Amino acid sequence: MSSPLIRAIIVDDEELARQILREFLSAHPEIEIIGECANGFEAVKAVAERQPSLIFLDIQMPKLDGFEVLELIGNAAAVVFVTAHDNYAIRAFEVHAVDYLLKPISIERFEAALHRAKQRLAGNPPHTPLQPSDLAATARPPAQYLDRIPVRDGARVFIIPVAKLDYAEAQDDYVALVSEGKKHLKQQTIASLEAALDPSRFLRIHRSYIVNLERVARVEPYAKDSHVAILHDGVRLPVSRAGYARLRAFLDR
Amino acid sequence: MHPILSSLRRFILYLIAWIPLAALLAYLMAATAALTWRQAVAMSFPLCLLFSFVCLSAWYSCRATPFDTSSIAKLIRVHLLGALVAGFLWILAAELLARALSETRSFAPLAARLPRVFLLLFGTGVLFYLLSVNFYYVLLAVEASKEAEARVMQASVLARDAELRALKAQVNPHFLFNSLNSISALTSSDPARAREMCILLGDFLRRTLGLGEKLSIPLEEEMSLTHAFLAVEKIRFGARLHMEESVDTAALPFHVPPLLLQPLVENAVAHGVANLVEGGWIRLHVKLEGSALQIAVENLFDPEAPARRRNGVGLANVRQRLEARYPTRSVFSAKAEGDRFRVALSLPAEKEAPSA
Repeated sequence: MSSPLIRAIIVDDEELARQILREFLSAHPEIEIIGECANGFEAVKAVAERQPSLIFLDIQMPKLDGFEVLELIGNAAAVVFVTAHDNYAIRAFEVHAVDYLLKPISIERFEAALHRAKQRLAGNPPHTPLQPSDLAATARPPAQYLDRIPVRDGARVFIIPVAKLDYAEAQDDYVALVSEGKKHLKQQTIASLEAALDPSRFLRIHRSYIVNLERVARVEPYAKDSHVAILHDGVRLPVSRAGYARLRAFLDR
Repeated sequence: MHPILSSLRRFILYLIAWIPLAALLAYLMAATAALTWRQAVAMSFPLCLLFSFVCLSAWYSCRATPFDTSSIAKLIRVHLLGALVAGFLWILAAELLARALSETRSFAPLAARLPRVFLLLFGTGVLFYLLSVNFYYVLLAVEASKEAEARVMQASVLARDAELRALKAQVNPHFLFNSLNSISALTSSDPARAREMCILLGDFLRRTLGLGEKLSIPLEEEMSLTHAFLAVEKIRFGARLHMEESVDTAALPFHVPPLLLQPLVENAVAHGVANLVEGGWIRLHVKLEGSALQIAVENLFDPEAPARRRNGVGLANVRQRLEARYPTRSVFSAKAEGDRFRVALSLPAEKEAPSA
């Protein structure tokens, strides 16, 4: 057995919680701990800079929670959630976590999770090519819409509160989120973003556009069959025929 | 139980109430049948005494025919029949009495004159009977409303008990699991500290377990419960948790509902310190102002932190219990200003548990 070292990071805001994982991992020379992070921002940065293949991830943390971290790092690494809360388990598997460890962690469960992680890394790539963010959107319970959107730019993380989102534009595999005059790219489909946003505040006005209804100043006819929405800051967004019907239905309510 | 027969006092009052009725009857008999006063009184008082017992029986037919649920036809049928029977019985009794009295010479014409008052006797008999039916229905209604009141009282007592029970279960399980995980980590790296944490956690749990039955505890006890909680959290969060206290010792002997302060501090840890990378402070202020206790918990928090599920459950619980206990004499406020969150309570300073 001369398999390469598995590079792992531990993410938990409590020092003692990191310590016990360190201790359990110390019995495994094939695992190299390349970093420890105490919050979600650090975790995203560490993943981008050091590219670990295995992450032990707490869920409730300062800045970004575990799900938001996973959403931002994509399928870059095998993730084992470690938390005291058992109510996130279903969501965790829906975003393709390798395992879900409950605190206090038993050594047997830890070994089992590590075994699963190694199998995953040994060459059973996830069979669904779906983006974790898409899965996170579908796993969200109904009527609980996003109140903030985390976006990553390299190792930097921006948090966009949805109230500050002006509009979103589909660009191939990405959406461009426009907030306070700045554009942030995020790897997500516009349909899954639409599903995660509160429909009483955001409307799909075009195949490629979702607009924050509070930003719309007026709507004008454009060509024979289409309209244009003009935002308070003067930005003009195309409105399709179906989008115009939805807009009318919303305004008539 | 019969409302009048069940107490001697009420029975005597009832009989006294019949005296004016007997006097009225005597007057009517004297006026219509030309009886002498002596004859009329000799007739009316025994008759009324007898009839007062007949009317007592109306209670049973009233109870068997509830006013709210029985049809009007049934009410009329039952009570009119009762009244007619009572009226006839009364005439019969009067006849027998008159005959008996006629044996003595001074009452000799009584039996002969009696038929003149038959109608009067019958009429007053029916009337008295119906009046007593009326009286019993009023009594039943009063009783029913008292019962309803008692039920409402009981329900509110039960609700409070349920609240306290729910409260006992409220000790946050995640706090427990995280603490146990910390202990597990310490067992190998620092066994002495692991043991210390076991003892602190045990101390905290024991204090909360005993609280379910209590309506109130001295503030001092609530403070030491809170300190036991903080001692455990201090090990989990280390230097990230800064606690500052300014406590007026004069306030400590006063009683407060149990688990009033601890959930506020727990909230401050879970939504404040736990979400701050560098940690943060929690400030506790306790003051005695006149006859009121002023308690405030202030903490630093990250307004951009991810939302937590249990958000506000502990606060809502404290607010509801305060409102239930002191509807008009308590104040609860919770507000965020910038990166500070402040919960302030004001409640009456009481030396003992308020009566249930």
